[in-house]
Amino acid sequence: MSETAAIDAVAGATGVAPWFWPGLVLLALVAGYSVYRMAAVNGSRWVGMATAALFGVWVVVFWEILVRALDVPRVLLPAPSLVIGSLFDNAPKLWGDFVQTVGKAVLIGWALGCGLGFAVAVAIDRMPFLQRGLLPVASLTSAIPLVGVAPIAVMWFGFEWPSKAAVVVLMTFFPMLVSTLAGLQAAGKLERELMYSYAASYPRTLLALRLPAALPFIFGALKVNATLALIGAIVAEFFGSPTSGLGFRISTEAARMNMPLVWAAIVVAAVTGSLAYALLVALERRAAFWHPSVREG
Amino acid sequence: MAEVKKSLLQRAAHDWLPVVVVLLAVVIAWYGAAWALNAPGAIERVLDEEAGYTQRELFEATMTMERPLMPAPHQVAMDFYESLTEWPVDSPRNLIYHVVVTGQSTLLGFVLGTALGLLLSVLIVHSRTLDKALLPWIVASQTVPVLAIAPIVLVVLGSLGFSGTAPKAFIAMYLCFFPVTVAMVQGLRSPQKIETEMMHTYAANRWQSLWLLRLPAALPFLFPALRVGVAAGLVGAMVAELPTGAQAGLGARLLTGSYYGQTTQIWSALVMSALLGLALTGIVAGVERMVLRSRGAK
Repeated sequence: MSETAAIDAVAGATGVAPWFWPGLVLLALVAGYSVYRMAAVNGSRWVGMATAALFGVWVVVFWEILVRALDVPRVLLPAPSLVIGSLFDNAPKLWGDFVQTVGKAVLIGWALGCGLGFAVAVAIDRMPFLQRGLLPVASLTSAIPLVGVAPIAVMWFGFEWPSKAAVVVLMTFFPMLVSTLAGLQAAGKLERELMYSYAASYPRTLLALRLPAALPFIFGALKVNATLALIGAIVAEFFGSPTSGLGFRISTEAARMNMPLVWAAIVVAAVTGSLAYALLVALERRAAFWHPSVREG
Repeated sequence: MAEVKKSLLQRAAHDWLPVVVVLLAVVIAWYGAAWALNAPGAIERVLDEEAGYTQRELFEATMTMERPLMPAPHQVAMDFYESLTEWPVDSPRNLIYHVVVTGQSTLLGFVLGTALGLLLSVLIVHSRTLDKALLPWIVASQTVPVLAIAPIVLVVLGSLGFSGTAPKAFIAMYLCFFPVTVAMVQGLRSPQKIETEMMHTYAANRWQSLWLLRLPAALPFLFPALRVGVAAGLVGAMVAELPTGAQAGLGARLLTGSYYGQTTQIWSALVMSALLGLALTGIVAGVERMVLRSRGAK
């Protein structure tokens, strides 16, 4: 397809019925009003979620209408229905990719990275010298694009999932370390002195007071890391990968211009990321129910 | 009182000595790792196993390999230095050339992303509908691996006639706007109720209370978000260079290094991207200090 054809297609040079644009505006007004009314309802969290869901549904509807009416080539932007179709047609393939990327690389890398970050933070909590040295270095790493180590990881650990997990470990380690150290400092002086007056030992204070107080920080890092891990594993697969995996699927199918399947892989990744995030939020609500940020939210 | 009396030297020792010790430990560990990882390859390729070799020879061999599994720090430093000095600045062999390419798209994306983030946050704060309907999707958009969309965006924008900096800046923008939006929504809502009510008694309209009260109150929230955003934008710009077979940029440099097994080149590109990331966040931090000082903060 030539460039001009693509531009024409997007600009809507192909004919549409004369009532199309007025109709679309009318539908947009209906959509806007329905979301507006829904948002005005006072209610529980569920009403808020329903409002967001309604908004999402309308976006998909308009996407479908516009793509179809304007004959946008599917290479540019496939219609949602095509993406869903592709999702079902390629379900076994995508399931394999999911197991490869999320089941192995992301899950193992995330658990290892977060676990190591947590363990190192607790270990050096009593050493102010090491903390003063490590903290600036660790927070500097947040400005470094750590995804860049992916080619080196492939060289060391091979094409299979361990190299992706290694990248994920490196990416998730530092945020967890920084957050846990900050969280361990979160317990107030008064509470610590109370523990001291109870003659509580260090481990006792850690378990009964400081770790619970650190929970919101730890969960914050766990949530950020869940997204980071998914991104890291997918990008790492661009640098050489086995014959399955979400990143592999996206890069190879994009090269073959099979956009519905690419978008289907993205939907899988997006749903996974959102579910992981929601799961961690639910866990946080149970574990840190007393904290103001949870209570009010 | 003891805090005040500390001399400059003592303060430097207090603040910097631990950092120096940690960095030194990193370098020593790096040398150790280079030795351990390269030893099998060195024995196989460089040294004569049957004639025997001393440990000293083995150590020297691991430090000077042509394509080591892990280059030693001085090798990376040499490659880094040579790439900067031995080639003209506009040569693809010079890292400065790649830094300029990646830096451009990062900065453009950062400016666009910040603008979008500010706009969205102002709209969300002033509209209950957008707050309920849009904000959850903005949060959800970040649980999506946005970088996965990079190849598609590049294909789409490429076929629309955009190429070069624009598509990469678009990816960088996508990663930048989120921290800005979320922090600004929080920041714009941070004024106390009593303050907003005071604006009300002054008969200030929405714009006045936005400009005079909400925006100044949001500044402390904005700058940390900008630092996060610029770092995220750099990652976006680099990753956007991967799937296109781009010839220029730090991401492209990493990819060609990995194709041809040029380990030292990968490492010096990594060091360069780290320096670029630190420089970008440093600039933002500098602007932050200037703005906050001009507003009378310490």
